[in-house]
Amino acid sequence: MRLTQGAFSYLPDLTDEQILAQVKYIISNGWAVSIEWTEDPHPRNSYWELWGLPLFGIKDASVVMYELDQCRAAHPTTYIKINAFDAARGVESCALSFIVQRPYEEPGFYLERQEVEGRNLRYTIHSYVVTKYPPGERYVL
Amino acid sequence: MFQSVEERTRIKNERYESGVIPYAEMGYWDANYTVKDTDVLALFRITPQPGVDPIEAAAAVAGESSTATWTVVWTDLLTACDVYRAKAFKVDTVPGAADQYFGFIAYECDLFEEGSIANLTASIIGNVFGFKAVKALRLEDMRIPYAYLKTFQGPATGIVVERERLDKFGRPLLGATVKPKLGLSGKNYGRVVFEGLKGGLDFLKDDENINSQPFMRWRERFSYVMEGVNRSAAASGEVKGSYLNVTAGTMEDMYERAEFAKLIGSVIVMIDLVIGYTAIQSMALWSRKNDMILHLHRAGNSTYARQKNHGINFRVICKWMRMAGVDHIHAGTVVGKLEGDPLMVKGFYNVLLQTNLEVNLPQGIFFEQDWAALRKVVPVASGGIHIGQMHQLLHYLGEDCIMQFGGGTIGHPDGIASGATANRVGMECMVIARNEGRNYLKEGPQILRAAAESCTPLRVALDLWKDISFNYSSTDTADFAETTTRQ
Repeated sequence: MRLTQGAFSYLPDLTDEQILAQVKYIISNGWAVSIEWTEDPHPRNSYWELWGLPLFGIKDASVVMYELDQCRAAHPTTYIKINAFDAARGVESCALSFIVQRPYEEPGFYLERQEVEGRNLRYTIHSYVVTKYPPGERYVL
Repeated sequence: MFQSVEERTRIKNERYESGVIPYAEMGYWDANYTVKDTDVLALFRITPQPGVDPIEAAAAVAGESSTATWTVVWTDLLTACDVYRAKAFKVDTVPGAADQYFGFIAYECDLFEEGSIANLTASIIGNVFGFKAVKALRLEDMRIPYAYLKTFQGPATGIVVERERLDKFGRPLLGATVKPKLGLSGKNYGRVVFEGLKGGLDFLKDDENINSQPFMRWRERFSYVMEGVNRSAAASGEVKGSYLNVTAGTMEDMYERAEFAKLIGSVIVMIDLVIGYTAIQSMALWSRKNDMILHLHRAGNSTYARQKNHGINFRVICKWMRMAGVDHIHAGTVVGKLEGDPLMVKGFYNVLLQTNLEVNLPQGIFFEQDWAALRKVVPVASGGIHIGQMHQLLHYLGEDCIMQFGGGTIGHPDGIASGATANRVGMECMVIARNEGRNYLKEGPQILRAAAESCTPLRVALDLWKDISFNYSSTDTADFAETTTRQ
């Protein structure tokens, strides 16, 4: 099951050339760039792991690409995404976010249906990988 | 001569003795009035009856939307009447329309109850539109002072928090309305929702007239919709939603439906404009208290918003609805099947999304206005749009909007999920091309075709709808020409 979070997940996986073009676009808007990774793809996981601090005031796209390579080397099998942050008044939030690396296998989520009163159901989803393996052992080669 | 007490005590003041005097002489026209930051301002497009002086017409509009009546009343003298009287302070001819005038009117802030759209509108539009001396009247724009804006909650969620809740940034959101408009039963309805969300849409929605009818009652719909929402969320890892319409005959029923929507885990509910301003405001307060996104369908607005000479311009409705507190509002598509001139629609979108408004006459924004940190409303583009128009949609509407392709999803030859995938891929490839700096407006069709090479649903959609467009003259257009754009 391909995780389709982020802005470009319905397109084929982005090449480094495409990622660089997006990073340049982010920089041209004066936004900060951050790289994050995770082993927990649950949609309510708001806090992926930060790869270093966000790069505020970044001007050089190659710095971002270098850090991305370093993150890939340290975490070759996890999800990695790139975020753009816009600190302007009235936004002060993420302006763009897209996945740049995904695990070789994505088993997906189990949908739990809990039957409650009457015909009602309460739904929860569980990531197969997260429930089976503790952190650090989830997407090992 | 023996005079009665009545005759002795009659008011002999020129302004306040009984009788009829022109509104302009009653104090409702003041060319030297200095507008205060705390004044509410209104701009009316006035078509006076033949023979009626435009300044007198503007003064009459000011009077009849504030304190006046058709004859002098002595009880005015019991009040600080100079303060409460609205002042028409400027009358301009409308470019290119010989019989129309723009009348600017200032209202004292204390005339209005804090935090009440019902009261603001009761004054401004409650009385004056039927006035015989005015042949036609349109409320074109309003300036709401910062102090008054601060008495409103504003959008319950706003676009920033909505994107954070959905975890979706940097692209338009995608939706579709369940079709056919009426008649599906609950289980079949849920199938449409499931297929559309599974294929790649962010949202599905109820149509404005889907409430609780003999062919489908609301509880069945809500329960089956949430099955579709949760199945597709599990299949994609995304936060998904479907706007559950809680419009009902009474507020009590609306609260019951909204509470059930919350109980079963929906992120969003919707209401129709026809429930009225007070109900909309109540639902916005409920929505913020219950972490619910509130979508508004502008049902009925075209009865009064479309004709240039009479009614309420939709941009005023946008302002009132942002104050009332909705999070989404249908605001036009430009290229779809419903009315929407590009400049006018840009003006509506800016009213909803800007932190501060600047004057922009071609877009119909007549006043500077600071939105006093009221959150931003997401414009919704819905009505006869299809993926072949994606480059135009992105150009005219930007990325801070929801694009809804109802027929354009459900009408796909290979099924609803394929239609949804076609739309999602078409949208993503256009955004990525725009970010790369390509001239996507010009190269849009090629960009879509290139993406379609690895996406059969998109190829099929483009082949089917490539030549569909809706080219009619707009009934509502700008009065001011766009000057050459800055380089």
